[in-house]
Amino acid sequence: MSSQDNSENLPSEQDPEHGSVERARDPFADPGLPPHKPRVQDIDEAAARRSERVVAGLFMLSMVATVAFIASFVIFPIDKIVYIFPFGHVSALNFSLGLTLGVALFAIGAGAVHWARTLMSDEEMSDERHEIAAPPEVREKVMQDWADGVRESGFGRRKLIRNTMYGALAMVPLAGVVLLRDLGTLPEDKLRKTMWAKGKALINMNTNEPLRPEDVAVGSLTFAKPEGLEEDQHDFQTQIAKAALMIVRLQPENIKDKRELEWSHQGIVAFSKICTHVGCPISLYEQQTHHVLCPCHQSTFDLSDGARVIFGPAGHALPQLRIGVNSEGYLEALGDFEEPVGPAFWERG
Amino acid sequence: MSTTTTDERREAGNGEKFADWADGRLGIYTLAKTNMRKIFPDHWSFMLGEICMYSFIIIILTGVYLTLFFHPSMNEVVYDGSYVPLQGVQMSEAFNSTMHISFDVRGGLLIRQIHHWAALIFLAGMFVHMMRVFFTGAFRKPREVNWLFGFLLFFCGMFTGFTGYSLPDDLLSGTGVRFMEGAILGVPVVGTYLSFFIYGGEFPGGDFVARFYSVHILLLPGIMLGLMITHLILVFYHKHTQFAGPGRTNKNVVGAPLLPVYTAKAGGFFFLVFGVIAIIAAIASINPIWEIGPYRPDQVSTGAQPDWYMGFAEGLIRVMPGWEINLWGHTLVLGVFIPLVIFPLVLFAIAAYPFIEAWITKDTREHHIADRPRNAPVRTGIGVAWVTAYMVMLVGGGNDLWATNFHLSLNAITWFVRIAFFVGPVVAFIITKRICLGLQRRDAEKVLHGRETGIIKRLPHGEFVEVHEPLDAGQLYKLTAHEQTRPAELPAAVDENGVKRKVSAMEKLRVKLHKGYFGEQSQIAKPTAEEFEEITSGHGHH
Repeated sequence: MSSQDNSENLPSEQDPEHGSVERARDPFADPGLPPHKPRVQDIDEAAARRSERVVAGLFMLSMVATVAFIASFVIFPIDKIVYIFPFGHVSALNFSLGLTLGVALFAIGAGAVHWARTLMSDEEMSDERHEIAAPPEVREKVMQDWADGVRESGFGRRKLIRNTMYGALAMVPLAGVVLLRDLGTLPEDKLRKTMWAKGKALINMNTNEPLRPEDVAVGSLTFAKPEGLEEDQHDFQTQIAKAALMIVRLQPENIKDKRELEWSHQGIVAFSKICTHVGCPISLYEQQTHHVLCPCHQSTFDLSDGARVIFGPAGHALPQLRIGVNSEGYLEALGDFEEPVGPAFWERG
Repeated sequence: MSTTTTDERREAGNGEKFADWADGRLGIYTLAKTNMRKIFPDHWSFMLGEICMYSFIIIILTGVYLTLFFHPSMNEVVYDGSYVPLQGVQMSEAFNSTMHISFDVRGGLLIRQIHHWAALIFLAGMFVHMMRVFFTGAFRKPREVNWLFGFLLFFCGMFTGFTGYSLPDDLLSGTGVRFMEGAILGVPVVGTYLSFFIYGGEFPGGDFVARFYSVHILLLPGIMLGLMITHLILVFYHKHTQFAGPGRTNKNVVGAPLLPVYTAKAGGFFFLVFGVIAIIAAIASINPIWEIGPYRPDQVSTGAQPDWYMGFAEGLIRVMPGWEINLWGHTLVLGVFIPLVIFPLVLFAIAAYPFIEAWITKDTREHHIADRPRNAPVRTGIGVAWVTAYMVMLVGGGNDLWATNFHLSLNAITWFVRIAFFVGPVVAFIITKRICLGLQRRDAEKVLHGRETGIIKRLPHGEFVEVHEPLDAGQLYKLTAHEQTRPAELPAAVDENGVKRKVSAMEKLRVKLHKGYFGEQSQIAKPTAEEFEEITSGHGHH
C-alpha cells in the first residue's frame, strides 16, 4: 500500500456531527443509532398511495386465486392429464389446485410484507435487556422458601418416608415395562429357520411353476420361492423375507468353492436373496464375473466362490441352499439353509 | 393532557369491552404491556427459524387432513382403484389408502405433496437455522438450553420424518424399514429382542405401520410441539440476539415492534412459505408411490435413497467395512453397530458444543450480540469441520447415484468417503480458520486505512495511488465492537507462599484449549485507538 503522505487514502478527521467527547477519546466508540432516513413513501403521499394500491392489489389477487382454486376443484376431473411445458404430463387438478392455492397464499404474504416495508413505520426502536438471572434478594427468598418447604415436609428428617417413597416411585414404572412384553414374540430360533425343507420344490417367482434344471440358462438370474408359499397367504411377507432365493447356473469348472460345487446341481447354485448386511433383496447380477450386487448399500458377492463378500459393507457370505433334483426332474431343496439368512445378529454365532 | 379525561369517559367499543372481559379472566393486559410492542431485530438469517416454525405448522395442518383418509393397516387387499397399472396387485391397506388419497380424493395428492415437501424443508430449515446459531455464537449464555431444545427438535424431526415416509408401505420406504431392522439386529445382546418387540415378531409382520403411525402422528409431534412452544417462549424471554452496530449493544435490542411491523412481516412470511411450498407441490412430484409399488421384502429398486436428512446415516452404513466378530457363539456386528453409534454421536457432538466452549472460556456473562463468524475462527473452523463430515457422509449415502450420474467408480467413491470422513474435517478446519484470520486482517486494514474506493489517483510526481475512503463512525464501531479474549495461562507452578500448586489434568487441558482458541495463531489483534490516532493524525507513515 501507499506510504505517501496523502491524506486522501487515510481516514479523515472525525466527522464533526459524531464528534462527541466520548469519541474524541475513543475513535471506535458506539456513535449511537443513526438518524432515521425517511423512505419515499414517508415524504411523498403519491408514492404512499401507489404502495397502498400494490398491497390492495395483492390481497385482491389472493381472492381471485381462491376463487380459481374452488373453480379448479369443480371443473377438472381428477384423472385428467395435461401436458404443460416444462413440467411434462401432469395432473390438471393437482397442478391447478396447487398453483392457485400457492398464489392465494403467497399474495397475502407478499401484500403483508410490502405493507410493512413501505407503509408502516420503519423507525428503529430500542428495548432494554434485563439480566436473566434473578437479583440476589430474589434468590435469597427462593432459597429460604425452598428450605422452609423442605423442613415443613420433614423430607430430610423422616428418612423412612423418603426412602420408601423413592422405592415406590422407582418400582411403579416396572408395571409399564412389563406391559411392553407382548409387543412381540420372542426370537427363539425364528431367525435360523426358513420355509425351506428337504423335498420342497423351487418355484419360479415369475411363472409360479416348479423349475427344471434346463429352465435355468447360463448367465440368467432366477428368483425362486419354496413350494407351498402363495402370495395371498397371510404370512407371505414374513416368509418370503427369509426364504427368497436366487438361482444362477455357472459352469461347474468355474465354481471355486468346493462346498458350493457339492451343494449345486449341474452348476446350478441357489443362494439366499437377502443381503447379509441389513437385509435388502439382492437383485443385480453381472454374468461375466458372477458377481451379485445389493442395490441398497452395494455389497458385492462372488457367486462362483461361495458368495463371499468382495466389496461393500456386508460382513459375511450369502448362505447357500443345498439343491438337487427330485424324481420328477424338478429342482428341490435338500434341506433348510444351514446358517441364518439375512443380517447378522448377536445370537448368530 | 386535558383531553385524556374526556377520552376515558367515551363509550368503549365492542373490541375494547371484549379485551376488558378477557383481561379480567386471563390477565392479558399485563402480558400485552411487555409484549405487544416487543422489539425484534432484523437480519435475513433470523428468518431461518421462522421457516422451520411455519413449515411445522403446515405439516400439522396437512397431516391432520391426511389422517382423515389414511388407513394405518397392513391387512392385505387387492387394489381396485383408478390407477390402472396397479389394478389387481396385492398390497397393504396402508398403500391402498395412500393410492386412494393420491388418485381418488380431489386435492389429496396436493396435500400429500405439500406435507412431504414441507417435511423436507422443515428439516433443511432446522439444519441451516442451527448452523446460523452455531456460527454466530448465539448459543452462548443465556441460550444454551434453548439450543438443546432446538437440537432435540431437529433430532425428533428426523425420526418423525422417517416414521412418516415409511407409512405408505411402498417398496422404497419398506426397504428403509428393513434397513432399520438390520441395524437394530446389529445391536449387541439385546438387538434381536428389540427388533422382535418393535416389529411385533419377525420382520415385516403386520404391526409396524400401525405402530409407526401412532409414533408419527401423536408421540413425536406431541413432543415436538411442546419443544417448539418452549423454544419460542425462551426466544421471547431472552429477546433475540442482534449483530453489533451503531446503537446496538449487549444491553439493548434494536429493531421493529411486534405490533405492527414484525407481525405483518412474520405473519406475511408464513403465507409466503406456505405459498411457495404449495407451488412446489403443484409442479414437482414427490414420493410417487404408484411408480414404486407396494412393499415386498424380496423386491427392491435400484437407486434406493432415504429422504435427505437420513442420507447421513445411510452414508455411514454404506461405507463402513463389514466387520463381524464371532466369539463364544455370539456375533458382534461392528459393521452395522459402529455406524449406528457414530450416527447419534456426531449429532450429539454439535449439541454438546456450547457446553464445551463455555467450559473452555469459563465465560459466565450473558451474550446478546451475535458474533461475526470470522471473529471466532476456531469455533467457525469446528463448525465447518462438522458440516464437512456431515456432507461427506451425505455423498456416501448416495454413492450409487454419484457413480451413475458422474460415471465414477463406486468403489473409488466409497474409498474417498472413508478417507474424507476423517481427513476432510481437518482440512476444512485449517482452511476455514485461515480464511477467518484473513477476513480479520482485512477488517483491521479497513479500520486503519479506510475502504478501497477503486478510484486511482495520479499524484503530481507521477505515482498512482488508490484513494481510500475513511469509514464512518458506525462502521468503525461495527468492525471493532467484538471483544478479544486473552489466552489463559496456567497459574505459576509455585504460589506466593512457595508451595507447589496442584493443577489438575483437566485444567491443563482447558488452558491448552483456551490458548488454541485465543492464542496468537487464532486471532488478529484488532486495531487500537492509538494505532488509529497515529495514522489519522497524518504522521503515521513509515
